[in-house]
Amino acid sequence: MNKKRRLLLLKGLVWFLGLAPLAWLLWRGFTNRLGANPIEEVLHRLGDTTLIGLLVTLSITPVRRLTGWNSLAPLRRPVGLFAFFYLTMHFLWYGIVDQTLDFEFIVEDIVERPYILVGFAAWLLLIPLAVTSTKGWIRRLKKNWLRLHRLVYVSTSLGALHFYWQVKADTYWPIVAVTVLAILLLFRLRWRRA
Amino acid sequence: MLIRRPEDIPSSEITPEHVYINRREFIGKSAGIALGGAMVGGPGRAAAQTAQVGQRDWSSVRSEMDEELTPYEDVTSYNNFYEFGTQKEDPARNAHTLEPRPWTIQVGGMCANPGVYGLEDFIRPGTMEDRIYRMRCVEAWSMVIPWYGFALKDVIDRAAPLGSARYVEFKTLHDPVQMPGQRTRVLDWPYVEGLRLDEARHPLTILATGVYGQDLPNQNGAPIRLVVPWKYGFKGIKSIVSMMFLEQEPYNTWKRTASFEYGFYANVNPEVNHPRWSQARERRLGEFRRRPTLLFNGYVDQVAGLYAGMDLRVNY
Repeated sequence: MNKKRRLLLLKGLVWFLGLAPLAWLLWRGFTNRLGANPIEEVLHRLGDTTLIGLLVTLSITPVRRLTGWNSLAPLRRPVGLFAFFYLTMHFLWYGIVDQTLDFEFIVEDIVERPYILVGFAAWLLLIPLAVTSTKGWIRRLKKNWLRLHRLVYVSTSLGALHFYWQVKADTYWPIVAVTVLAILLLFRLRWRRA
Repeated sequence: MLIRRPEDIPSSEITPEHVYINRREFIGKSAGIALGGAMVGGPGRAAAQTAQVGQRDWSSVRSEMDEELTPYEDVTSYNNFYEFGTQKEDPARNAHTLEPRPWTIQVGGMCANPGVYGLEDFIRPGTMEDRIYRMRCVEAWSMVIPWYGFALKDVIDRAAPLGSARYVEFKTLHDPVQMPGQRTRVLDWPYVEGLRLDEARHPLTILATGVYGQDLPNQNGAPIRLVVPWKYGFKGIKSIVSMMFLEQEPYNTWKRTASFEYGFYANVNPEVNHPRWSQARERRLGEFRRRPTLLFNGYVDQVAGLYAGMDLRVNY
């Protein structure tokens, strides 16, 4: 298999996996399988998908360096953009459907509830990254592009905190997310020193 | 432990047949209920949608505030019952391992008539009735549920608490075989809840053995659970095996888990927010827009007197 075909195949896979959570939600929605509290269910599943997407984005480089599969590198952008897409949907769902655009309450939430503030900050931080994800911006920003895009670690950390902070007692999945993130950060720090 | 061979089961633990048969009759008989409990309509409006549960059509039944009932499927599939898992759909999926019969309840502590009672000795058939209550979860969602049960006061009077008793404490069954969620340490098992005696004796406070005229499904706390409609749902302890009269305030499970977030009183109060989220509004399941939360969950006229002079911000 030549390089171009492999890349095409990998990108196709990314698109398939990236759209699958949305298709799954739509299917459950249209067949009335979202349970007794569908608004909350969709909100939470969009949030899960975002965090998984961000962690996958961050693991591409470590996996590439450990395995030598350099053809994985071009997948960072589409995977990251899918994560941003789900995060934006998560935020819009919260504002439009969950809070029915009651701005008084949305502002109160963002100002007074640390976990919502943290989630909101994670979204804001990712906007410049999504905007500058094109080839033109990579060229224009040169070295600063890499520096700017390290913000994805900050954003993902805030996302994990946002997840951890709203759980009542069962912290199992938030701890899994934080652990994965910590391992990815350790890789990054070790390589920087080396 | 309740794992026993059949020959070990005392006759007191076997529900007499007439109780079972007459149960249906009590459901049919039940009419209006005093105080916050709602009227249970007879042949009412034509059903807009089928709400047949058991032998009865519930479609015309409303709460005293003319609220629609939350459908049976939602009441029995969206539950917080960590003994069977922490996700809302877990209890409905996992609670089949619970064996609600035979069932015994220990009554003890500071009372004149302690003892271990079979479930059927606890429930006096003539006192059973339907009660339609709002149920407001501390997580800011709510339901309207037609419980089937009896006043807790009835049991308290029979136990005859001593003058020094000020609280009643309840415990859920602790049996990781029947309750697989207890194999994890999500909470400190068994689940403990309690009430001040005047709250416990309040006519709105009931022990429920059924919902929608049916026996409680396991995921809703079979065979018997507490319902205190002006408090957050976590006060409504499920699958009760013990009831103790105490002088000291019981140390309830959620308070033990996070005392700055959950207190002993847990009265529904839109003015007192959870540290991490607002309690000003709630999502009534089945509705799109959040609705305002009412002080004492709308039962303010009946229960506000219990808390006269108390700072509800301190005693959350």
